[in-house]
Amino acid sequence: MLIGGVEALLIRAQLARPNQTLLTPEQYSQLFTMHGVTMIFLYALPVLSGFSNYLWPLLLGSRDMAFPRLNALSYWVFLFAGLFLYCSFPLGKAPDGGWFNYVPYASLAYNPGPNIDVYALGMVLLGISTTVGSINFIVTLARTRAPGMSINRVPVLVWGTVTASAGNLLAVPAVSLAFLMLFMDRQAGTHFFDSVAGGQPLLWQHLFWMFGHPWVYAIVLPAMGIVSDALPVFCRRPLVGYTAVALSTVSTMVLGFGVWVHHMFASGLPVLSLSFFSAASFVIVIPSAVAVFAWIATIWTGRPVFTAAFLFFAGFVLLFVIGGVSGFMTAAVPLDWQLTRTYFVIAHLHYVLIGINVFPVLGGILYWFPKVTGRLMNEALAKWSFWIMFSGFNVAFFPMHILGILGMPRRIYTYSDHLGWSTANLVISIGAYFFALGLLLFLVNVFRSYRHGALAGVNPWGAASLEWSTSSPPPPYNFAVIPIVASRYPLWEDMMDEGPERSSVGTGMLLDQGRETIGTTALDAEPAVILRMPGDSYLPFLLSLALTAIFVSALLHSPWGVGITALCTFIASVWWLWPQKALGQMPTLKTQEQHD
Amino acid sequence: MIESIVPNHALPVGSKGHLASGWWGMLALIFTEGALFAYLFFSYFYLALHSISQWPPSGPPHLGIAIPGTVILLLASVAVWWGERGITRGHPRRMIVGLVLAILLGLVFLGMQGVEWHGEPFKLNSGVYSSLYFTITGIHMIHVIVGLLMMAVLLLWTALGYFSGGRHAAASIGAIYWHFVTFIWLIVFSVIYLVPRLG
Repeated sequence: MLIGGVEALLIRAQLARPNQTLLTPEQYSQLFTMHGVTMIFLYALPVLSGFSNYLWPLLLGSRDMAFPRLNALSYWVFLFAGLFLYCSFPLGKAPDGGWFNYVPYASLAYNPGPNIDVYALGMVLLGISTTVGSINFIVTLARTRAPGMSINRVPVLVWGTVTASAGNLLAVPAVSLAFLMLFMDRQAGTHFFDSVAGGQPLLWQHLFWMFGHPWVYAIVLPAMGIVSDALPVFCRRPLVGYTAVALSTVSTMVLGFGVWVHHMFASGLPVLSLSFFSAASFVIVIPSAVAVFAWIATIWTGRPVFTAAFLFFAGFVLLFVIGGVSGFMTAAVPLDWQLTRTYFVIAHLHYVLIGINVFPVLGGILYWFPKVTGRLMNEALAKWSFWIMFSGFNVAFFPMHILGILGMPRRIYTYSDHLGWSTANLVISIGAYFFALGLLLFLVNVFRSYRHGALAGVNPWGAASLEWSTSSPPPPYNFAVIPIVASRYPLWEDMMDEGPERSSVGTGMLLDQGRETIGTTALDAEPAVILRMPGDSYLPFLLSLALTAIFVSALLHSPWGVGITALCTFIASVWWLWPQKALGQMPTLKTQEQHD
Repeated sequence: MIESIVPNHALPVGSKGHLASGWWGMLALIFTEGALFAYLFFSYFYLALHSISQWPPSGPPHLGIAIPGTVILLLASVAVWWGERGITRGHPRRMIVGLVLAILLGLVFLGMQGVEWHGEPFKLNSGVYSSLYFTITGIHMIHVIVGLLMMAVLLLWTALGYFSGGRHAAASIGAIYWHFVTFIWLIVFSVIYLVPRLG
């Protein structure tokens, strides 16, 4: 993310004044492409997956994810895919076709260098990482919740991540396939996107956005989940309309699969289809509005504690509304024809992505920092960084709406000085640096607090969910005793006093025979099986190394290399899956142990 | 009361049949692979509908190899099913026979596909139809190869005595993948070989 941010600052330095020559057009193309790729693919989803990977077992009262070694695989493949994409940068061969990489700009005839091949292969590799991670989340939700945590009691972050994961499983193949076809078009002589031979360039756009739009929801829904879980803690009341928010999360994703064409309004499709997709895009406002009203009602009827984390979450709600309204505007076909490919769209997508992703993530860091490190972050400094970032953000991105309406197109590397765009561009650039300053302060705060922050204790915020019942930082096994859950807010039951049932976090199943956790049924979370967990292993690392080597060989056009590395991948997989007596069933059934 | 959720009988331990996490993981993998094929078919129909010339350019593909191939894949699936039923009832020998049969049938299918590829009048780079034809059948063949590798490994493990009536999660997981590969072939067969004959 930091690298992506520096790229953005370079772009803004270039655009601050008319007719600048800080960057060449080629460098500029690579920069804006890699900025998009980095922020969207290498930051926005992985940061949320990181949150979820750490928090899920804690939130669900489990000892680990369902597939700890797949987790490692997902991480390593992600890291290598990122390195793969970035290794091309110093060589001047980085992807340069924009992050959505339309053909025919990206076809061999118009873009002969290896730049696009790097992007195509890197994205397929990254897709593997995403898929593996998503499978892990889905199986974890279905299998390893604490007994009693039925599906209507899981935290909203879990709803967000699992919805995003299911969406990824459906959507990622589209983009992997599109990039595979593009690579074949470029290197194997196929004609999928080649209009001369009967192919369709628009097929690229369809496949890309069938993936692209659900992906947008995949990178915002977990972030919205963070807010839905953490905001109520600072409002000292449960979230208003838990069921409505959970259902709106899921329905946003479902609808998200039916709106991809709204990225393509200007591509000459039939009016009937434009009307349909425009209507579907309007409909998506409804579940989003449900969530917004739920948050506002939570703040309104609660007793807010104005911590820095609260500020970040509240700021998010405001930015979400602005981003939503500009999205609503571009969902209207006639307006979109005016505004597409201008800075209005840039403004919209940054309000959406920074507003809905970065602000909740920073709030989430403030909120869970004490759980992870055992220390609180500095409140005053965090508030400073919030106000600097919030104002810097709006100074930087709000004028982009106006520039877009004035007709400034996106992706131009400079402009002439009598178009009337100069002042706004200067303001934007200053705002961007202001925003970066706020972020820098935040990072300083993280590093300082890691060493010198005040000790947090088990539950510094007085929060309700299970992760706050174990020590800070939690032990490697999270919970010595698997908790038993009786309500949606296990740690607030005495305060809320809604019934006689109480969750039990000190008493429950002990499972003291090594690495084990409990496997529960998918809906009601009744214990069904005791799962034995594998230990630490180098195999995921080896497997991802072999996988990456396949893609490097493909980039170097070496069929032998692909064959050999595929063989290595196979060997690593078999080694990984080799049956281990220790993980298998034991011949005798284990008896339950109660612990006090 | 809260304690009622804790069972008073003993729970099974470890990867037991459909309770294994791996079983769920495989279902999720099949889900996403199914989506991959759905996008392939979408691309096929999209390009077919936008084609201005005859589709397919050299007439519908011949069924002479494809129909026996379909039957062979179905038989291979039956063999795997029979073998897996055997191991769940504690007969590793039946599992071995089933796997050997399925692997042989799968290899025959691959060989027949190879013959068909070789006999086509067009190459991968001839046009948009040939690109689709080779890509769709090729991706399916990769799945067949992966399935065959899985079954070969399962065969080895069964022969080494790793599986028994109580411990066969890996066998069930491999079997469901193989059935998925067969199922996808039925759709590939319908889309590539049968649909062009309808019009």
